[in-house]
Amino acid sequence: MMRHRGAAPGDETPEMGPMSNKLALAAIIGPGNIGTDLLAKLRRSDAIEVGYMVGVVESDGLARARELGIEASAGGLDWLMQQDPLPDIVFDATSAKAHQAAAPVLEKAGVVAIDLTPAAVGPLVSPTVNFREHVDAMNINMISCGAQATVPIVHAVSSVVPVPYAEIVASVASKSAGPGTRANIDEFTHTTSRAVRELGGADRGKAIVVLNPVEPPMLMRDTIFCAIPADADEDAVTASIESRVREVQEYVPGYTLRQPPQYDPPREMWDGNGRVSVFLEVKGAGDYLPEYAGNLDIMTAAAARIGNLVATTRMQQVPA
Amino acid sequence: MTQMQQVPATTASTVSMNGVGTSRPVRLTDTTLRDGSHAMQHQFTEEQVRATVHALDEANVEVIEVSHGDGIGGSSFNYGFSKVEDITLVRAATEEAARAKIAILLVPGIGTMDDLRNAREAGASVARIATHCTEADVSIQHFGLARSLDMETVGFLMMAHRTSPEELARQGRIMVDAGCECVYAVDSAGALVLDEAESRIKALVDEVGGQAQVGFHGHQNLSLGVANSVLAFRTGARQIDGSLCALGAGAGNSPTEVLAATFNHLEVETGVDVGGVLDAAEEVVRPFLPRWPKSDRTAIVQGWAGVYSSFLLHAEHAAERYDVPAHVILQRAGEAGYVGGQEDMLIDIALQLVQERDLATTGAR
Repeated sequence: MMRHRGAAPGDETPEMGPMSNKLALAAIIGPGNIGTDLLAKLRRSDAIEVGYMVGVVESDGLARARELGIEASAGGLDWLMQQDPLPDIVFDATSAKAHQAAAPVLEKAGVVAIDLTPAAVGPLVSPTVNFREHVDAMNINMISCGAQATVPIVHAVSSVVPVPYAEIVASVASKSAGPGTRANIDEFTHTTSRAVRELGGADRGKAIVVLNPVEPPMLMRDTIFCAIPADADEDAVTASIESRVREVQEYVPGYTLRQPPQYDPPREMWDGNGRVSVFLEVKGAGDYLPEYAGNLDIMTAAAARIGNLVATTRMQQVPA
Repeated sequence: MTQMQQVPATTASTVSMNGVGTSRPVRLTDTTLRDGSHAMQHQFTEEQVRATVHALDEANVEVIEVSHGDGIGGSSFNYGFSKVEDITLVRAATEEAARAKIAILLVPGIGTMDDLRNAREAGASVARIATHCTEADVSIQHFGLARSLDMETVGFLMMAHRTSPEELARQGRIMVDAGCECVYAVDSAGALVLDEAESRIKALVDEVGGQAQVGFHGHQNLSLGVANSVLAFRTGARQIDGSLCALGAGAGNSPTEVLAATFNHLEVETGVDVGGVLDAAEEVVRPFLPRWPKSDRTAIVQGWAGVYSSFLLHAEHAAERYDVPAHVILQRAGEAGYVGGQEDMLIDIALQLVQERDLATTGAR
């Protein structure tokens, strides 16, 4: 399905530049803050070469990409689809509406789409939770920042004990909540609660988001509450959570437990269930976005992680 | 009392021409069954709601708010689960009220537009949409929906002490442009002291006066809810919130019965029967009060440090669970600038206090 590229003899592609031994050629659509931060992360990738940055108007983001030697155009998706070679992977950091229009074009051309918008055209994916189930998907949706931060924990708990209900509270700095999020905050709560259920493995899910304008801006904070059976093995649950935190730290080093998981005894109000509470802090890598914007960083980091997994699992080098 | 009569007369004619909000000099909105939900730990029964609505309705209170304390859809681990689903309580209130309109509160990020549609279907006719005082733009889609559902709209700018009058006015403008018919300065922390409340109301009236009304929601943490409400009225506010027996977060709200008596004394027409709300407070609400809200140490710290009033019981629970002082948790929450909705952070602060205590103990050895 995928065109193989890289260091195989006879497959020299000068467009890929000096690092032509990478497995996949990628494009980023949407040269804003998210796209620029994603570019910084992908430039550290051993598997992905970013060849193109695409916008619809000339912008600082396009200029920044050009300075890095990347072909950048304000010609939009039409321009991108005329390039030779076409990218193997397109990261879409535009808007849900724009991605809905782009998705069929990319799929028809055999290009894998990694969608950072809320469009949810493809399956919802979080790297440590369910990438393996969607290893062949042509369109992968990165859900939401809150989901990338919290669903791994819900999944870690539900891997050990049944979780009849899970609730996540994401607190983000006001400055890190862009106009798209603000114009449709319900989209965040709906998509994230869906992911808490479908990926996290909770029977019921609820998501809450709070914007905090304090100065200096607060780091992203996430709290995960899971209802767990009265007789849950707390040590096993804690071990599963701690192990999952380490897995996420592989691509988000600033993803940390503020406190050890907290256990509350069963209550009648909770249908006789007990509760585990997990308090997380997400400090961004500070690539292009500021460190406090852990909510944005975890999206670009998770998308880069998925891109690397796609490249390494599907685009193996052609044997010499 | 003569100085009173100038302000409401002019605003009344302007606003009634637009057909927005109330045509009275002041309309009291009772929030016993919403803000009071915090103090009740969200355990209101349908019987309590029906009895309270009945008594308020009989006393000619025109708007009665019924919701989980954190708005419809607020039932959760973080804020406390409702004993009875809030939509069920809204429906009961609607059935019980012969004249009063039933209002709901919705906090975007906690409740959703689905919750709003459900509340409308259950009979609510006033949508009060609440955001932190600097985040009004998250409410735009909710105002749009509320208006399309033919609901009266109110915008709730919470924690109004955390921003300047000028910025509050800019945020009020965002709400009004989105379809809000009355913008409230909400003193969620009970932290505004007299002219601080007045300046915020004035800024809002100056900004939106011709197009929308202005309201004030006070708390008693520094015992100024009623005084601030009178000042707000004198500055042009037309809608004022209260709760019977002050039932509400922190040291409670401006008591509806005190507001009614005070405005009556000032000869400002609210339409509310003072005797009726006194009876409602004494005979209906007082018997089910878990405790009479008051300015105790923790509540005063909330007003003093500017902490969201609804944090009170959550801080007390965390204090009990981890054996650290509630007022210190609240003090830290104020220093950190936590906003409404961040109840989870109180547990985090309690755990930090435990760590600090353990460190101090170890260090002493």
